[in-house]
Parts: sequence; structure tokens; C-alpha cells
Amino acid sequence: MSDGSFSGFEAVAAGPAPSEPLENPRAAAAEPPDHPSLYALEDHFGKAILEAERTAGDQCVVYVDPSKSYEILEWLKDDASQRYDFLADVTGVDFGGGRPVQVVYQLWSNVHKRALRVKCELATDALEIRSVVSLWQTADWLEREVFDLFGVRFDGHPDLRRILMPEDYEEGYPLRKDFPLRGRFSRAEQTRRALRQDVDHYYFQAELDMGGEPMVLPGAGGEAEENVFDAPRTEIAPVTEEAPSASDEEE
Amino acid sequence: MAQKTVEFEVSRNPETGMDFRPAQALVHPTDLEEPDIGSERMLINIGPQHPATHGVLRLVCELDGETVVRVIPHIGYLHSGFEKLGEYRTWNQIVPLTDRMDYLAPLIYNCAYVMAVEKLMGIEVTERCKVVRLILMEMDRIFSHLLWLGTTAIDIGAFTPFLYAFHQREKIYTLHEALTGARITTSATRVGGMMADLPEGWTDALRDFLDEFPKTLDEIDSLLTANAIHIGRTQGVGVISPEDAVNCGFTGPNLRASGVPYDVRKDQPYYDYETYRFEVPIGEHGDCYDRYLCRMEEMRQSRQILYQALDRLQDGPINVEDPNISLPSKTDCMNDMESMIHHFKLITDGIPAPVGDCYFPIEGSKGELGMYLASDGGGKPVRWRIRPPSFVNLSVIPQLAEGHMLSDLIVINASLDIVLGEIDR
Repeated sequence: MSDGSFSGFEAVAAGPAPSEPLENPRAAAAEPPDHPSLYALEDHFGKAILEAERTAGDQCVVYVDPSKSYEILEWLKDDASQRYDFLADVTGVDFGGGRPVQVVYQLWSNVHKRALRVKCELATDALEIRSVVSLWQTADWLEREVFDLFGVRFDGHPDLRRILMPEDYEEGYPLRKDFPLRGRFSRAEQTRRALRQDVDHYYFQAELDMGGEPMVLPGAGGEAEENVFDAPRTEIAPVTEEAPSASDEEE
Repeated sequence: MAQKTVEFEVSRNPETGMDFRPAQALVHPTDLEEPDIGSERMLINIGPQHPATHGVLRLVCELDGETVVRVIPHIGYLHSGFEKLGEYRTWNQIVPLTDRMDYLAPLIYNCAYVMAVEKLMGIEVTERCKVVRLILMEMDRIFSHLLWLGTTAIDIGAFTPFLYAFHQREKIYTLHEALTGARITTSATRVGGMMADLPEGWTDALRDFLDEFPKTLDEIDSLLTANAIHIGRTQGVGVISPEDAVNCGFTGPNLRASGVPYDVRKDQPYYDYETYRFEVPIGEHGDCYDRYLCRMEEMRQSRQILYQALDRLQDGPINVEDPNISLPSKTDCMNDMESMIHHFKLITDGIPAPVGDCYFPIEGSKGELGMYLASDGGGKPVRWRIRPPSFVNLSVIPQLAEGHMLSDLIVINASLDIVLGEIDR
């Protein structure tokens, strides 16, 4: 195996190594991360800093109490010794099996040239955390995406709407592990819903309020015009419901 | 929803049948009470199918006259669920998904993904592989910036740069094709190496391109940089301050045009970027014109990096020699049973990854392209997340466009260099 031979039978017999610690010194780093922000965080917030770990060789992950996440992130952004002025990413991770959903913040400090990853674990029945849009404006769309795909609610977000999925999407939150790859509804039901789309749903209320009442020149007879969108819709012939087979859900 | 158009009674000339002027007989214009349109706002919907939105982007705008009061972007029309699909695929099977996101610079995405996986697994690729990937990434930076240059020029009304730029892009397409067999969906990388080594004569073809290409760049430069129309349309348009740019998550040339010297290649160097001589161009006004200048200079700098990398390119293995990661050669597979089984095991089970997670940013053509991977120790990721630079850059468009004319909105949108495949994923 160590002679670099590609056809060695030992390598095949060894197969894919077990998922637990590999013979990989960098990834198997059991020693705690050595990161200046970590010590400062523990000094400042004590018990709110739950855990810290080192992953992928040299990356530092700090698990914090979700109820204190805003204060901690605000301090990380504003304190002179930290200055994490750039929020690179906000995302979620669902491990499935009822385990907590993680909300992950990737921070970068342009002043100290340091990166830090902050994680909050939320129980699946209480997916709520305070929004950080007031700290970093970039969190606006990133948090909307986490809400859209994981169903995590961000308190204090100015405009928490779905972003990638349609506003009237009813199948749930696609990146959760309990969500089947092809969606919850059968193909027939999905087609039926697509055909039944309402033009009004392409706009949300703030947009429909733009511009006030429609302007009609006097004498142009605008009143008598029939609104095409209000006309009764022709019924769509019912499509026979086909139950999604087991092979539909597994790719 | 009520229609918000002004309605006219249309008369038809009984003799010609061709006159569609508004009927004058109903109400004489002087009889009309002047409607108060000073405060009237209008809703304009641009897209999702509109050439100026550079993809299936939809912008709902509130206008006061021709001034944009509010912009509300709608995305997701190209949402393909790549991140969800990735959870059902082994590490190597994800590679073809990556180049379908940013189809304007596919090789950068291919490389970014495998680099993140290698970081997670602690794999150190060979020296030759590093240089080859660096060459591919810098080549695709030029590739992507050229498309940006052409399409932005066309949005401003200059048609010629578009043709010049696409002529040069065609040469890079040919290089893509020679290396991978595909022009856009390259899928050139594998965990621990490349799909294939550079073919014979490829580096010479790249050198030829690099020798010829500045001529075109200079021509476009002379057409646009001092062009009064171009300057008038871009200077002072879509200005963002350095503080706001960082706070809004701007990265790449958009951020640097505001004067913030953040470049992942310099600040978190990978693949020995710290040993290459190159400058990071910085703007000072943060407007569309500075974004143009930054990208023009970045292409020249990428060319410098490419020359240095081509000089460093040494012979040697391109894939790591670890049977847990790399596949046996095709010839071995066809000739001995052990290699066949080895191949089969690697393909079906995937490469085992350690438990943990990893965020790996690189400098893509559009900004910081981060790949975040979470693994529970299996042959597939638990979560594969792309930090899409255009997604974050686009989210700033309401702030940039408000108060400008509608025509400026098109220029601002073009100057951000978005690609919707990556925004919607």
C-alpha cells in the first residue's frame, strides 16, 4: 500500500476507511483550536461559549448559545481586538434524525486578517434565532435563503420572505433531511399547482401597492373595462393522482 | 391586479384603415383637466426574460418619472437544487454539478470545489497539479471578465467590444475543449488531481493566446476607456463607499473598485499565490467606471500570473498516489482484476472523508467563492454549500440603483457581473 502501487490488493481489501478518525494527522487534530478570538470570547461571555473545535487542519469553530448569538456577533464585529467586519456567509446544516439544525456564520476580519466560524445549534422544534441584518447588511439575503431552505426564522429580519423557492411553495423546506429529493407532492400534484398559478402571486403586497390607483384619463371609459385577471378561470381537467413510488424518492 | 396603463380610444381611418392615432373626437386635449402626474409612481417589471438582466433575473421597479425609487429583485427562476443533489452524490460525482453553476468560468468552480474537499480530507495535491489548476483558474478569470466586458459594453450601447471580446473567448473555448472535450461543462478536476493531464501542445496554444490577447484588450481599451458616452454612462453611477461595500458583503472586483484591497489570493493565499508577482488593482470611487477599470487591469495581471505559472510547470505526476483517493489507470482496470475491483470500490463507495466541516474560500472571477462542506464520515457530504459571490453582490442592487435613472439600473446590474446559474443554484 505504501509502495504507491495503484493495483495493490491491500488497498482494495482495506476499502474505504471507516468514517471515524482516519490516519490523517491534520484532520484528526484532537487538540483544541488555538485562536486568539476564542480566548477573548471565553473571557467575555463565559458560559455562552459552549464548545470549540478545530476542523480541516486549522479552522476554528466556536459553538455559542443561540439566545446570546446576537450579542456575541455584535461584540466580534465591533470590538477593537476582533473587528470581524466581513460576514462571508450564513448558512444552515441539518444532520437529520432529529439532531439540532446548525446555523453557521463565516466571519473574516479585514483588520486582523483572521477567519472564524461561529455555529449556533437550534432544536428542530424551535428554529428561531435573532437576525444579524442590523450588523451586516449582507445577512439580508443569506438569512432569507436559510429561512427558505431550512425554515429557520430570523427575528428582526426586515423582509423575511422565501427567496429561491416561490412565495406560495407549500412542500416545506427543501434542504431539511426529511425532505425527499423530488419534493413532497406527486408529479401530478406539482403539475396541477404549476398550471393553477395565479398572476397575483408573482407580486407581493408591497409591489401591488406601488403607484397607487391606476390612472385613467377622463372619457377613456376605463370603468367599463373588464379586468382580464378577474375573469373566471377555466377549470383544469383533474389529473389522476399517482402515488410517488419508492424509486421516485431515491436518486 | 388592475392594469396601470393609460387607456386611449383608438380610431380607425375608414379610408385607409391604417390610422391608429388616439381619437380626437371624444375629448379635445384642451378640455382635459391636467392630471396630477407629479406624484404618480409607476410599477415596471423587468424580466425574467430580458436580455439586459443577463439571465433569468426579475427586477420589479417603482419609478417616479424615469427615476428609480425602489428595486425589488426576484431570483430563483433557475433554481436547480444543486446543494440538495450534492447530498445524494459521492465527492467526485459532485464535480459536474459545479461547472453548471458558473458557466462563464467553469474551471474556477471545478477547482474551488475539489480544493475544499481536499482541505477537508487533508490531501496535499502534487506540485504539477497545483500549477495546472492555477493556470486553469487564471485563464477562466480572463474568460469570465471578457464576457463581462462584452455584455456590459453592449448594455451601454457599444457593440464592437462585444464582438472583439467573444472572438478572444472563442480561443479559450478551444483550449477548454482540447483539455476536457467540452467547451462549457468542463468537469476537469477530481479529488486529488485532474481528470486528465494537459494534452500535448496545450501550453504552447495558451502562450499563443496570451501573446495575442493584449492586442484586443488594447483595442477595447481605446474604444471604451476614454469614450465620452461610456464615461457619461458609468462615472458616478452606482457608487458605494468602502465601509458599505464591506458591510454589504461585496467581494472581488466590485469591492476593490471601492478601494478595499481584499483579495483572497493575497489575504488567504492558496497554491503559492504569495510567491507570484502580481498587483491587485484598486479603484477609488466605487462606481461602475472603476469596476470596469479594475476588471480590465485584472485581465492583464492574470496574464502576468499565467506567464509565471507556465514557466514553473514541471513534469511529474498530476494525481496523488494514494489508492484510497485516485483511481487506477484505465489500462490497469481493463487488464487486471485487482485494479478493476479497486476502481469499482472507489466509484461505488466514494472517497471516505473525516468527520468535520470545512470552509474554503478562493478568489473567483466574481468575488470570494467559498465552498462549505460538512461531513459525517461517509462517502457523501452531509451538506455542500456554495458561498455564491454574485448572489451577495446582487443583493446590493436596490441600494445602488435607487435614485438613478432606469437606464442606469441596467448599467449597474451589468457592472456587478452576475451569473444567474450561480445565484439560483
